Amino acid sequence: MALGTDSAAKRRNGRGKDSPPGAGHNQDILGKAYREMLLIRRFEEKAGQLYGMGLIGGFCHLYIGQEAVVVGMQMTLKEGDEVITSYRDHGHMLATGMEARGVMAELTGRIGGYSKGKGGSMHMFSREKGFYGGHGIVGAQVSLGIGLAFANWYREDGKVALAYFGEGASNQGQVYESFNLAALLKLPCVFIIENNRYGMGTSVERASASKDLSKNGAPWGIPGEQVNGMDVLAVKAAGERAVAHCRAGKGPYLLEMQTYRYRGHSMSDPAKYRTREEVQKMREQNDCIEMVRKLLLEGGTPEAELKAVDDEVKAIVQDSADFAQSSPEPDESELWTDVLVETR
Amino acid sequence: MGATILMPALSPTMTEGKLSRWLKKEGDAVKSGDVLAEIETDKATMEVEAVDEGTLTKILVPEGTEGVQVNVAIAELDGGNGSAAAPAGNAGTPPAEQGSKAAAVQQPESNATQHGGEIGKIAKGAEDYGQVSARGAERREGAAAEPKSTAQPEKDWGATKPTTVREALRDAMALEMRADKDVFLMGEEVAQYQGAYKISQGLLDEFGPKRVIDTPITEYGFTGMAVGAALTGLKPIVEFMTFNFSMQAIDHIINSAAKTLYMSGGQLGCPIVFRGPNGAAARVAAQHSQDFTSWYAHVPGLKVIAPWSAADAKGLLRAAIRDPNPIVFLENEILYGQSFECPVDEDFILPIGKAKVEREGTDVTIVAYSIMVGLAMQAAEELAKAGISAEVINLRTIRPLDIETVLASVRKTNRLVTVEEGWAFANVGGEVAMQVIENAFDHLDAPPARVAGADVPMPYAANLEKLALPTVAQVVEAVRKVTYK
Repeated sequence: MALGTDSAAKRRNGRGKDSPPGAGHNQDILGKAYREMLLIRRFEEKAGQLYGMGLIGGFCHLYIGQEAVVVGMQMTLKEGDEVITSYRDHGHMLATGMEARGVMAELTGRIGGYSKGKGGSMHMFSREKGFYGGHGIVGAQVSLGIGLAFANWYREDGKVALAYFGEGASNQGQVYESFNLAALLKLPCVFIIENNRYGMGTSVERASASKDLSKNGAPWGIPGEQVNGMDVLAVKAAGERAVAHCRAGKGPYLLEMQTYRYRGHSMSDPAKYRTREEVQKMREQNDCIEMVRKLLLEGGTPEAELKAVDDEVKAIVQDSADFAQSSPEPDESELWTDVLVETR
Repeated sequence: MGATILMPALSPTMTEGKLSRWLKKEGDAVKSGDVLAEIETDKATMEVEAVDEGTLTKILVPEGTEGVQVNVAIAELDGGNGSAAAPAGNAGTPPAEQGSKAAAVQQPESNATQHGGEIGKIAKGAEDYGQVSARGAERREGAAAEPKSTAQPEKDWGATKPTTVREALRDAMALEMRADKDVFLMGEEVAQYQGAYKISQGLLDEFGPKRVIDTPITEYGFTGMAVGAALTGLKPIVEFMTFNFSMQAIDHIINSAAKTLYMSGGQLGCPIVFRGPNGAAARVAAQHSQDFTSWYAHVPGLKVIAPWSAADAKGLLRAAIRDPNPIVFLENEILYGQSFECPVDEDFILPIGKAKVEREGTDVTIVAYSIMVGLAMQAAEELAKAGISAEVINLRTIRPLDIETVLASVRKTNRLVTVEEGWAFANVGGEVAMQVIENAFDHLDAPPARVAGADVPMPYAANLEKLALPTVAQVVEAVRKVTYK
């Protein structure tokens, strides 16, 4: 727990006269972002491994490459704000503070999972952490997401809802219905398009006639920005503008995060729609974690400190994998529970 | 040359209305398109426009008159010079035909013909009015003649008063909204318009625009929004103008509302009510006439309710709003204006999942829901004349199905007939019959019989539509078949 803590921040703040103004603060944020992003990456790598071992079944959509988006956005939220996303959701869960153990055990379909093994990779929730899923139907989370924002509007509690969706989902009819409703009622909802360039195997150019997705809300007067989604600080800065706009009661805001997924759409992706070189280039030149690591080192964070974070994250992920394998499968009686809330 | 202006039908199910105001006096010149009068039905207030030019020579029905039957002459118009109404002045022409020419409806009573539906079209043929109103009246008489139950009430709620299903639904929502701030209503035309079918009349005034919310005509989006709000613990009531349009939102009803509790391992419930008219209305053709009961009843995670009487509507809607689960509440447009005795007790509520024996009998069990309960009651009356004693069960809740009440009845009567508007294939009657076979096979003295809607998309033509829907005669015939009489 070396980074992101007060002591670490103080240490770096007092590190030397050659630090640029604000560097300490930035270093602190970078440290936290580094840890969070790394946790997601290592977690997803482990999930990929467990999938390969047959311990995880069905669909499994990895978030590797896109970590800066959720981590940067989560830094802009207050406790109680809501998050909702699609089926590429493990990163969002970890970013909202859900336990790695519970997420991994859900992937393996065990009782210790967030949904007692009944939801799987695409369906996990934590009301406590403000995470409302985990939805398997492309675009559905956008309408549901404005519903979360609607509840905030209805209760006048000052909370903001983040609705994440891919550039593929951004062509869905219900997304535009949701833009209209959110703008009409001035709902506190940040729409976040995670444009990772491919909706399954179809590139954005082949699926969307709109060339600048951040303008997709323009007909409804929804302000939008294109953001470098590989740069966690850029994400955070844009996110702060968006969230402040919503919190001020000015209605919804749209962010197009330009990002990239390194892995296939799901585990069974033949990856014929893009070249190996394209993926390699992104990893080498634009990786969100490497970018932060470099900044941290340049800012004076000792290599050893980063190593400590690596070890800590690795330990968390290993622990989650162990737990996910040792937690028992749900009792057979669970088949029949949770269909309806019992009323007597 | 003159024309008679007739009381127009403003919707397929309208049979009468109130002539609330004349905007022209006797002797006034009238141009085509002028508003002649305002007419009020139990659903809405509409303006009647002149089609022809001329002078209003006589007002036959004074303003303020209630219960003016459709196609009754309300005024006379002198044709002036070369009026288009000229041929209509022929004394031998039936008034109905003239009416269609002399008056047209400026505004729809209900916008339920959504997505390209054009209401102005209701004014196009006087024959249609005649038949529509005749049919509406026929259906109404049918159900109105039989709201009295001969069976014992489940619980005595004390005094009752005649209440329409429409009032019962509104009262149920108002009572629950007063009791719980988290309950709100949203849908198309629920607020300022006071409801496409006037179910939400007065609610905007009492609860304000934050709790009675007009939505755009975008079912997928607003249903998803309501489900999202319900996942946080709010208790939305979503009105579908008709359940036909719920098809645009069925993904959220099934995938988002019904399944989330299970997929979250019990963490995230969805306390929501989807309500609106379901089944055939009258003369609105295939896309607006379908019974979706068996569709929704198929899905675990939903409760499905289909009330018949005003008491059903009030007691069950209150229970539905309080229930922590997603509920599909299937009303019927033709029942909205029907009056039934309904308990006045402030606390009146009915249990979900409990059928009601509406009429006791010994020879056959007739199982029905929604408007078909009225049909079954009529059939029972007919059968009684022929010496056959029919027991009529109003299912009220389809999921969870109260099969025990059905079984107890079949064990007594040994015969089963099911009645519903929906198509026979994989319908509710098929499920009821199967469960009876599984659980009381030895008690059956004849194979169960189903009366269902014809296996075709609903036709528009009046004669064909009539053929597509279950009739009393079909129920009587089915009973004769299973009783070998």
